Amino acid sequence: MQEAVIPSAGQTTVPIPATAPAVEAIIRAEKIEKYYAQPSQNRILVISATDLSIVPGEIVALLGPSGCGKSTMLRMLSGLSTPTAGQVYWHEKPIASAEINVSIVFQSFALFPWLTVLDNVEAPLQARGVPADVRRDRSMKILDTVGLDGFEAAYPKELSGGMKQRVGFARALVVEPEVLFMDEPFSALDVLTAENLRSELLELWANKTIPTKSIFLVTHNIEEAVLLADRIIVLGKNPGHIRTDFKVQLSQPRDRTAAPFIELVDYIYKVLTKPDEVPAEAPEQQAEPKPRDQRQHYQMLPHSRPGGIAGLLELLLDKGGRDDIYRMADNLSFEIDDLLPIVDAAQLLGFLNVEEGDAVITASGTEFANSEILRQKELFRDAAVAHVLLLRQIRLALEAKSDHTVPEEFFIDMLNEQFSEEECERQIETAVTWGRYAELFDYDAGHRRFVLPDAQDEEVAASEDAE
Amino acid sequence: MKPPHTLAQTRVPAQTWSILIDLAVILCGLAFFLGIIKLGTYWMARPMPAIVISHSVRALPLYAFYSVARIAIAYLFSLIFAVSYGYIAAYNRRVEAWMIAVLDILQSIPVLSFLPGVMLAMMALIPSHQLGIELGSILLIFTGQVWNMAFSFYSSLKSIPREMIEASRIYRYSAWQRFWQLELPFSAIGLIWNSIVSVAGGWFFLIVCEMFAFRGTNFRLPGLGSYLQTAASANPVDTHALLWGLTVLILIIVATDQLIWRPLIAWSDKFKFEQTESATRVTSPILSLLQRPNALTHLPARVWGGMEEHIYHRLSQTRECRIVQPIDDTIGKRGKLLPLMLAAFAAPAILWSLFQAYLLLRGTSWAEIRLLLLGAGATYLRVNASIAIAALWTIPVGVTIGSNPRLARYLQPITQVVASVPATALFPVLMLGLIRIGGGLGVGSIALMLMGTQWYILFNVIAGAMAIPSDLKEVATVYHFTRWQRWTRLILPGIFPYLVTGMITASGGAWNASIVSEYFHIGDRTLQTLGLGAQISAASDSGNISSLLLATILMASIVVTMNRLVWRRLYRLAETRYKLEG
Repeated sequence: MQEAVIPSAGQTTVPIPATAPAVEAIIRAEKIEKYYAQPSQNRILVISATDLSIVPGEIVALLGPSGCGKSTMLRMLSGLSTPTAGQVYWHEKPIASAEINVSIVFQSFALFPWLTVLDNVEAPLQARGVPADVRRDRSMKILDTVGLDGFEAAYPKELSGGMKQRVGFARALVVEPEVLFMDEPFSALDVLTAENLRSELLELWANKTIPTKSIFLVTHNIEEAVLLADRIIVLGKNPGHIRTDFKVQLSQPRDRTAAPFIELVDYIYKVLTKPDEVPAEAPEQQAEPKPRDQRQHYQMLPHSRPGGIAGLLELLLDKGGRDDIYRMADNLSFEIDDLLPIVDAAQLLGFLNVEEGDAVITASGTEFANSEILRQKELFRDAAVAHVLLLRQIRLALEAKSDHTVPEEFFIDMLNEQFSEEECERQIETAVTWGRYAELFDYDAGHRRFVLPDAQDEEVAASEDAE
Repeated sequence: MKPPHTLAQTRVPAQTWSILIDLAVILCGLAFFLGIIKLGTYWMARPMPAIVISHSVRALPLYAFYSVARIAIAYLFSLIFAVSYGYIAAYNRRVEAWMIAVLDILQSIPVLSFLPGVMLAMMALIPSHQLGIELGSILLIFTGQVWNMAFSFYSSLKSIPREMIEASRIYRYSAWQRFWQLELPFSAIGLIWNSIVSVAGGWFFLIVCEMFAFRGTNFRLPGLGSYLQTAASANPVDTHALLWGLTVLILIIVATDQLIWRPLIAWSDKFKFEQTESATRVTSPILSLLQRPNALTHLPARVWGGMEEHIYHRLSQTRECRIVQPIDDTIGKRGKLLPLMLAAFAAPAILWSLFQAYLLLRGTSWAEIRLLLLGAGATYLRVNASIAIAALWTIPVGVTIGSNPRLARYLQPITQVVASVPATALFPVLMLGLIRIGGGLGVGSIALMLMGTQWYILFNVIAGAMAIPSDLKEVATVYHFTRWQRWTRLILPGIFPYLVTGMITASGGAWNASIVSEYFHIGDRTLQTLGLGAQISAASDSGNISSLLLATILMASIVVTMNRLVWRRLYRLAETRYKLEG
């Protein structure tokens, strides 16, 4: 979300949102500028007064045309270069006197050719006075993480470009930096190797294998920025200034061919190719609906029969839609242990809610209780498919298969991951009962297979013929 | 856990001679130790400035040992000084320009004209021990060796790739770690090649420094140089001793080449800043021998390893290792104090010496000055003639060798050894030949200058010819270039940068050589010709200090001026128009 403000003369920027970050920024740059002094006493302004924050938990990409000062900006933020004006803060302390913990991965790898891979990775630890055996352990572990196990004694000369950059990553990560800076790390590699390394980096980041809190990437490759970053900053040149700064809300893994991706790339391309125009707002990105996670937990089906659910709901409605569960059990001379599964089942299907020990009937529950048998079955069917994963899966599997039968084993396998053998059996039993009642599917006990009920079998076949 | 063998390790062939190597190493160590004791006792003995040099061959080993010791010590001093000088110059922008200018001038000053002065000064400094005289000779050799190494280290430091410096900063390397892991390895190759050149130059000066005359008195140090000079100036000439002396000299040089330089060059491949393997590599059996596990490799690793850990641990507490030092800041901090301090020390010293010089030169007549100028002109012509003649034969030969890789592989090591043999050692032989022919020293000195300096040009032309990219050569073939076209369009422009480098070195060497080649004692005669070098030698011989000073100033000024006006311009042309890569 950006505010459109009338820019002052000569500026082509959209100001960064003024919403204060909820989390403390790790690195915060306040009005930093960089001049380069010429011998003729002329000063060239390379970066004009800029504010920038790096907050934990995000990958920031800095994009811009060549010569706009991206690398200079990176060096100022990492403490390698002192801004001519303004101040950079590390956890709110001036960076020049703070003990910062950052690493840089370089475009040309910057490995020392006369040291082995292991020596190269150990060197930063040596600088920190880590004892030799600890150093070795940590380095071997990180080399394993980046996939270079076995190459410790090799020299950089013997490695390919991709492997050299892996060593670069290993060296950067062995010190467990809080912020990882990357200066066009993949531009010296061929396309496939770069792709590989990018996805491995994302994996390390997503699985939190590395304790790095934030990544700052400088790149001139728009696609790379949109693939990796959670936040993109576009820099303009003469002098360097931020033109736009927006969040990328596409969910990982990102699909290059998806429409929102292409739209974003186009937008950035337009911004870059029209350096004199104020950039428009970033396109609205629908947070893509998360694909159904197939590894969701199976709900434990309460062992009760549909008839019992129906009865309970009618009784509840009779009492005005709300009753204390224990009193109900008393009145019906039920053991509470016998009543609870029915209550649970009804709650699972969304027919009632439990509030402070009371069972409260819902709208759909009311409808169910008031309907006659066939309508009840329909309602039950809808509720079951909507709320019960196992039933939904069985139904979908049956519809997908051409012969509309599925062996029971298939589902037992998956249930086994959550429940014991015995419980699996009982779950299947209850599922079969509910499925039969709701006319979702039928069960061939002889062959231990789920089948579609006959009538619907024909329906489905007819609709398939029509296609 | 030992890492598995990789490509790097499998290159060293596995054999089982480790005991022999260990023994050899121990013997070498023992010899080294004994040598130090012998040297120490000799140095602490009473000073004998005019020692009698024996002619017998049996004295040769001892003399050779003394000479080698002098060169080795001078080289060590040069190395330490060169590294320090280059380091300070590279990292202090305020003093940098001054330091490089001083380097330039000092490089151009003829070392040999300071021979008597330095010797006398050192003898006065340490009158009671032989050490004083020795120090004098070592100091002179040092001044001949140090400047090109300093310059090489300095320019290596300035050309370290930026990203490697940034990596060392962001990972908070201490200055110590940076020096041993980045700066020194990066400069290693340049330092090694310049060391070879320096040591060769050291022999050149040593031969002359070990025996010279001043105000009628003869100064002699026991060594190979004085042995050769004594043999040459005996009456009649002791050819037997001369030949033996030369043989020993050549043996030492060959041994140095095989046992020290070649292994070093092979080892320095590790420091080549290439991203891929190169096809041609210098091999050295000695290096492979030493690299196999033996006492030499295990002992230092254990001792040094423990010390190193301790050092790094202590260093990690310093500010430099806890806070990232920005790159652009270092210039400001160190630069202010140092130049002020230097100026404070240097100013009164400079003023005092200028005053003394004025006193000394007050009495010179115009006639003297005219003579000096004439001599300068003559030597100038000779130097240029020698460069021209050298170029005339080294260019064709060098290009032929350089274009034929197989030929290059055989001949390059040989030329290296031949070039290391100091021309000053061969002068007596040449002089004898010249006298036989009956030629005068006027032309003879050109031949002598040639001998000392043509190798620089040859080396560089070979390197230049090897560096011409093969695709340019293919263009010449495909388009059927005539021989003339090949030479004028491809070869000469291609080798131009290297040629210029070689000529600059040759020119400097020729001026230095003029001092010994234009004025010569042989038998009981003294040969000399009109020339600045002769005038310097004559002045030194007769003890005419004011003449000596004036002549030296004149020579230094000519060399520096030539550098600025001619060589610098040519070098810039070579760097811009004729540079092969972008």
